[in-house]
Amino acid sequence: MAKNLIELKNLTKSYNGLKAVDSISLTIREKEFVTLLGPSGCGKTTTLRMIGGFEDPDDGQILFEGKLLNDEPPYKRNVNTVFQRYALFPHMNVYENIAFGLRIKKMAADDIKRKVERMLKLVDLVGFDKRDVDSLSGGQQQRVAIARALVNEPKVLLLDEPLGALDLKLRKEMQMELLDMQRSVGITFIYVTHDQEEALTMSDTIVVMNKGVIQQVGSPQDIYNEPVNRFVADFIGESNIIEANMIEDLKVRFDGITFDCIDKGFMDNEPVDVVIRPEDLVIVANPSEGQIQGTVSSVVFKGVHYEMFVANDHREYMVHSTIMFPVGTDVGMNISPMDIQVMKRGEEPCEEE
Amino acid sequence: MKKTMKRLYMGLIFLFLYAPIILLIVYSFNSSKSRGQWGGFTLKWYADLFQDRQIKEAFIYTIVIAVLATIISTIFGTIAAIGINNMRRFPRKVTLNLNNLPVLNPDIVTGVALMTLFISVNLQLGFMSMLIAHIVFCTPFVILAVLPKLRQLNPHLAEAAMDLGAKPSYALRKVIIPQIFPGIVSGALIAFTLSIDDFVISFFTAGTQVTNLSILIYSMAKRGVKPSINALSTIMFLAVLILLLLINRKSDKGEELLL
Amino acid sequence: MRRRMKLLAYPYSLWMAVFVVVPLFLVFLYSITKGDIHDFSTLEFSLDSYKRVAEPLFLKVIGNSFFLALISTVFCFLLGYPVAMIIARTNQKYRNKLLMFIIIPMWMNFLLRTYAWMAILSPNGVLNRFLGVLGLAPLEIMPGQGAVLIGMVYNFLPFMILPIYTVLVKIDRSLLEAADDLGANKVKTFFRVVFPLSIPGVVSGITMVFMPAVSTFVISGLLGGGKTPLIGDLIEQQFMSDRNWHFGSSLSIILMVMILISMAVMSRMDRKGSSA
Repeated sequence: MAKNLIELKNLTKSYNGLKAVDSISLTIREKEFVTLLGPSGCGKTTTLRMIGGFEDPDDGQILFEGKLLNDEPPYKRNVNTVFQRYALFPHMNVYENIAFGLRIKKMAADDIKRKVERMLKLVDLVGFDKRDVDSLSGGQQQRVAIARALVNEPKVLLLDEPLGALDLKLRKEMQMELLDMQRSVGITFIYVTHDQEEALTMSDTIVVMNKGVIQQVGSPQDIYNEPVNRFVADFIGESNIIEANMIEDLKVRFDGITFDCIDKGFMDNEPVDVVIRPEDLVIVANPSEGQIQGTVSSVVFKGVHYEMFVANDHREYMVHSTIMFPVGTDVGMNISPMDIQVMKRGEEPCEEE
Repeated sequence: MKKTMKRLYMGLIFLFLYAPIILLIVYSFNSSKSRGQWGGFTLKWYADLFQDRQIKEAFIYTIVIAVLATIISTIFGTIAAIGINNMRRFPRKVTLNLNNLPVLNPDIVTGVALMTLFISVNLQLGFMSMLIAHIVFCTPFVILAVLPKLRQLNPHLAEAAMDLGAKPSYALRKVIIPQIFPGIVSGALIAFTLSIDDFVISFFTAGTQVTNLSILIYSMAKRGVKPSINALSTIMFLAVLILLLLINRKSDKGEELLL
Repeated sequence: MRRRMKLLAYPYSLWMAVFVVVPLFLVFLYSITKGDIHDFSTLEFSLDSYKRVAEPLFLKVIGNSFFLALISTVFCFLLGYPVAMIIARTNQKYRNKLLMFIIIPMWMNFLLRTYAWMAILSPNGVLNRFLGVLGLAPLEIMPGQGAVLIGMVYNFLPFMILPIYTVLVKIDRSLLEAADDLGANKVKTFFRVVFPLSIPGVVSGITMVFMPAVSTFVISGLLGGGKTPLIGDLIEQQFMSDRNWHFGSSLSIILMVMILISMAVMSRMDRKGSSA
């Protein structure tokens, strides 16, 4: 396993008495693609800006390769940032923007030229060096911003919602390109986004944040399949979140039915929340063949699947299926034990923006 | 340390900017007529102010010209701006360049040029010529304040109004004018400020019969300004200051307008 | 609709023709003729008045005006840039208030403020009394070029501060952070990012100071004591007392051309500065 590069210890930052980041601790390894994910105002950008040096933490430590980084100004840190709206220097052309950091270091002109040209190749902008940055498209400006940061050979690249301003198609393309770049330069990326799909696609590790607190850290699979609380389950993907009771290990009861599950370690009869992803509810035509019975109350075609709501006395279940059942049909639904994710009951209700 | 330096520097700049003004205000309460020495506190000059025909007349001319020039150039400029905004590219460019001439030309050139015109057509220099001159240099500023607002205007706005049954004149009054109103107000304020503070252009176009405050002060400056002028300026200055502070307290928007 | 709306501009076009174009044309006409100004039939083509401008005495006046305006512009820039910068970096809450305090002095009559400087700088004025109290020798600033310079800087300083402030305050904070992120310290960030980006403001500030400074006759008249006349004083004399409109007109044309050239130079610098 790669060695630890950045460690955050009890990092805290408040604005006007409101805690934007509340005592978070996190370890980031070399060459890792880490995504800070959460709704706006969750503290993800503040965390990134503290690592970049643009905000001073009120409390806690930032360690970089084991050394305290708190009081280093940004220009002395071996990290570079791709800003939310790129922050390209409007009075410089593409070449000068990319060369900026090298010129500050007083590097020889030849070396600058060589390095900038290599970057232009990396971000696929060869021939654009004399262009005005204002004349570039959003995607091209994005690439310049990345090249400008990477040319300084930082150990960590911080990206603050870098794809937020692009349209959907371009965003998907850039996601792949960013991943390629990260692999080819072999450095750590810390990526901030509110887009859960982007986070699931790109990351080695996702850090889900809400209200300045880390909710869950894990691989995309972990986060999706085993959310630890209501917030994570609700924020990542679509889900049925149901209040339940843990009868005993491997037995959970909700909506008047006791289900087998694979979770244990809760107290007997402990109130819990259960997450069931809509694609894990398997719909059957004969109601008596299902564990749960209900009537289809709405159907929407979503392209690859149908999104149906099946209602009974307890609730409406969201179901994704490639087979369509018309509104009004009585159906049954089955859930396999491993698709029932049992979570500790959160004290606060879910809040999403 | 750095903060102290900044404060010190700003303090010195403000001292530089305000020293003459404070001095004038102090002089308006100075019972000694000589500008070099302090002869004790008095309100005599404020009392004299209301007796002095010369100052009263100059004050009235200044205000009347400023008010008339502001009203006329605001209306004139707004109408012209709407017209210019609807012109084709080339005539618009020509018109705007012409409009910029009085803005970019030094006041003294505008002043002597207008004086030359008035005398050449045998227009008696006086109230009328001065008013025309003020409208000439105020209107371009109104246009420059209103045009950007017109540019920002959604071009479909007037069309939407007419689509809903409004006549063009109604659309103009109820849709366009309210939208560009902030521009009109700041244009009017600029016009008023320029007019009330103008000396150079008035100096060349007022002739010998009519005198505004600036001209009066200029004619007195070399011999020594009557302390009553200090009193009048103090009153005017404080009036503006209080107005500004009131608006500032009420809304930040108003403040932006005045800036 | 559009076609009818543009008719609204025509009265103003006519107005400008009469009150902007014709007067300037008359000035130009008088500058290249001689004869009785009240009788057009007596006017004949002549460059005499321009030849007179070229006399050493008047060239010196023009040179002096140019020089004084230049120096006062430089002072305004050196004093004003830091002010604009400090205000732009001030917390938003106080920013507008500071700005207002820069502008408020302009609400006092311009002549009166200049007159106040007479009271401060004159041989037995406030400044020298103050120096006397401190036991220092009195300064002989007024009348003279030093006093004119102070008057110019005083009157035109806000015109330098405001446009620079306007540009500085619009500079995206993230650009400064980006420079910082890329290794530039405060000084480097200023010279490589902030200053180049503020050039449009500097250019309009310089124009707004230089133009009234080079053409003034009030400040030099009151504070200079007539010892070192400027081109503005000359023009004023020709039209108001000497009644030599031909000469006054050529001086006006020269002044306009001078300003036009300096503005062209400045706008070139602006373009170069913001694209280099």
